[in-house]
Amino acid sequence: MYKLSGVTKQYSRGKDTVHALRGIDLVIEDGDQLVIQGPTGGGKSTLLQMLGGLDRPTAGSVELDGVDIARLSETKLTKVRAENIGIIFQSFNLIPTLTAQENVETALVPLGLKVSERRSRAAEALESVALAERLHHLPGELSGGQQQRVAIARALVKKPKVLLADEPTGALDEGTRDDILALLDGLWQEYGLTFIMVTHDSHIAKRAPRVATIKKGQITVSDRTTATK
Amino acid sequence: MFFTYLRRELRRRKKAAIVISMGLALGIALVITVNSVSAGMSQAQGKVLQSLYGLGTDMTVSKAAAAASSTSGQPRFNFGARDDSKNQSSDRVMVQGFETLKSSVVTQVADQTGVKKAVGGLSLSVIKVSGTFDRGTFKQNQSAGGKPGGGGSGAPQGQVQGGGADFSINSFSVYGTDVANLDLGPLTSSKITSGKGFTSADTNAKVVVLDKSYAKTKKLTVGDSVTISGTKFKVIGIATADSGDSAANAYIPLQRAQTLADSKDKVTTVYVQAADSKKISAVKTAIQKNISGTTVTTSADLADTVSGSLSTASNLATSVGKWLSIAVLIAAFLVAALLTSSAVNRRVREFGTLKALGWKSGRVTRQVMGEAFVNGLLGGALGIALGLAAAYTVTAISPTLTASLGSTAGAGAGPGAGGGGRFGGAGGPGQQAASKALKIALEAPVSVNTIVLAVALAVAGGLIAGTFGGWRASRLRPADALRRVE
Ligand SMILES: Nc1ncnc2c1ncn2[C@@H]1O[C@H](COP(=O)(O)OP(=O)(O)OP(=O)(O)O)[C@@H](O)[C@H]1O
Ligand SMILES: [Mg+2]
Repeated sequence: MYKLSGVTKQYSRGKDTVHALRGIDLVIEDGDQLVIQGPTGGGKSTLLQMLGGLDRPTAGSVELDGVDIARLSETKLTKVRAENIGIIFQSFNLIPTLTAQENVETALVPLGLKVSERRSRAAEALESVALAERLHHLPGELSGGQQQRVAIARALVKKPKVLLADEPTGALDEGTRDDILALLDGLWQEYGLTFIMVTHDSHIAKRAPRVATIKKGQITVSDRTTATK
Repeated sequence: MFFTYLRRELRRRKKAAIVISMGLALGIALVITVNSVSAGMSQAQGKVLQSLYGLGTDMTVSKAAAAASSTSGQPRFNFGARDDSKNQSSDRVMVQGFETLKSSVVTQVADQTGVKKAVGGLSLSVIKVSGTFDRGTFKQNQSAGGKPGGGGSGAPQGQVQGGGADFSINSFSVYGTDVANLDLGPLTSSKITSGKGFTSADTNAKVVVLDKSYAKTKKLTVGDSVTISGTKFKVIGIATADSGDSAANAYIPLQRAQTLADSKDKVTTVYVQAADSKKISAVKTAIQKNISGTTVTTSADLADTVSGSLSTASNLATSVGKWLSIAVLIAAFLVAALLTSSAVNRRVREFGTLKALGWKSGRVTRQVMGEAFVNGLLGGALGIALGLAAAYTVTAISPTLTASLGSTAGAGAGPGAGGGGRFGGAGGPGQQAASKALKIALEAPVSVNTIVLAVALAVAGGLIAGTFGGWRASRLRPADALRRVE
């Protein structure tokens, strides 16, 4: 369970200070799905970084299962990222020189598994995203949708508690987008993940059970399930 | 994963890897070449010294140069003027440098602390003048004997009118060897290539060992005999100098040499081997202090007097070569560091992603360091190959350098050219041997130390580059995974 209180993030460059997040309070239950939307520059990605432990807030706390990850030591935070958080990006962020299987393996490297176990788990994960046949292909040899599937496999291979996605379909065409969304939906349910997805796409937001909107660093959550009830 | 990733990245950034490796290789190749050529230079210098000294000699002791000596030691020739134009021949045996030490000095030197061994030797110059001398055309002063050769300061004693004198001067050097101590002294730098060498039984034997090139020009072989100042010596062996240049043309037992030169119990030079090669200067000081009237010349002193293209090249190698290789190395290190850290800049998102995936900063840094390190090793291997090739090329071409050793013996006048007469001289007379000009083929031996140094430099280059890049990588944050680059 995530519990954010008063999360503020400021970026200062010289004299200028950008207030990316201004006091965010938010609770996300385990197994929930939250879609974060809002205008560009609103602070969506920044919030996702706070949730993923990729960056620390200027003020406020980010509790994950009762632990304030904003105040963890770098070593412990790295461990949290390695074990509990899966993340996918708009531009896939695969390592171009590594094959699909090796890319998925990179997520298991910090866990210190045996090479053989790492390999087989990576192969399984790729199978679950329907890429069993493309284990040894380099990212450059795969389509955008396939690359994002590899990235999804990489995010989920460690069986994380949380899956974070920053505009996972932003670089894909509509058909592929729907495939990926369907895949993510399926995996969310299958793994019982806490799934948080940032998107520009109002089409996606409309289908989501719970939507948060961030504008100028401030959040409003509309809980469709409770609202429509 | 480390090695797979490393290998793939190196292959992907082949061009940068090649540039980095080539730069390092160039620097390292230069270091090897300069080092080995320098080693070759000192080896060549060593050979020059060895040809004078022989193996194992650390210093020589000779008589301290006295004030300009009288002309009494200069050679004179007396030819009886004849009517029948008959061929006449006369030998003059002189002590080289005209300065001798008592044989007892040898034991005195040997007794000094730090001296392992001391052996005396007598260097002689023999001038053979032979030719015809026709009285009919020579107008001499009252006296019966003409004196065409008068010495540098002496005025001609007679006048040749119409030129009836025709003789040649032939000079060669003879070294009196202590046959009881054959393991020290000039002959040690030669090998007996024909016949046999001296034995301790030859103390006063009328035997001679000839230098190969001298024997060749004189067409002498083992079994022939040579007459020096009326004494017939049997040629028992031919010696070939290791450096191609010998200390003397002929070697005879010391006692015989002393008899020939009328220098009983005299030596020109004492060859000294120090007990500890690191304490040579202390031994030098001790000898000079305790035995008056001596000059001690160490190999180092002699090396300082080496001039000619050898010393020019040697200076060039040690100064220009050293600085050039240092400059190239620094440039190569800089290029490697810059390229490595710019490669990291282009991979900000990649490394950010790995950190976001939970990779420890150290692991990412290690990856970058590893790549740079391999580049360094590649550069090192390439550099060693290039350097070895260059060194072997130098050795294969073996350019000839000349070395002149400054005159260390006292200056003395050569035999004067008398009035009239035609001198058909073969070989320069007199002190020629005191100042030697040698031709030395340059080699570039590559020592293990040089290779170790090269490897160390390559590793250092890789590590410096890796440290730059690794430091950049260590400062990247996981949030950089979301950076919009590329
Ligand atoms: N590293 C940074 N340094 C300075 N300012 C930053 C940094 N990252 C984000 N910002 C600023 O913070 C604000 C929020 O950025 P953020 O990336 O969270 O927006 P976003 O909602 O994800 O926008 P988009 O829809 O375009 O991705 C923006 O004004 C942005 O310029
Ligand atoms: Mg964004």
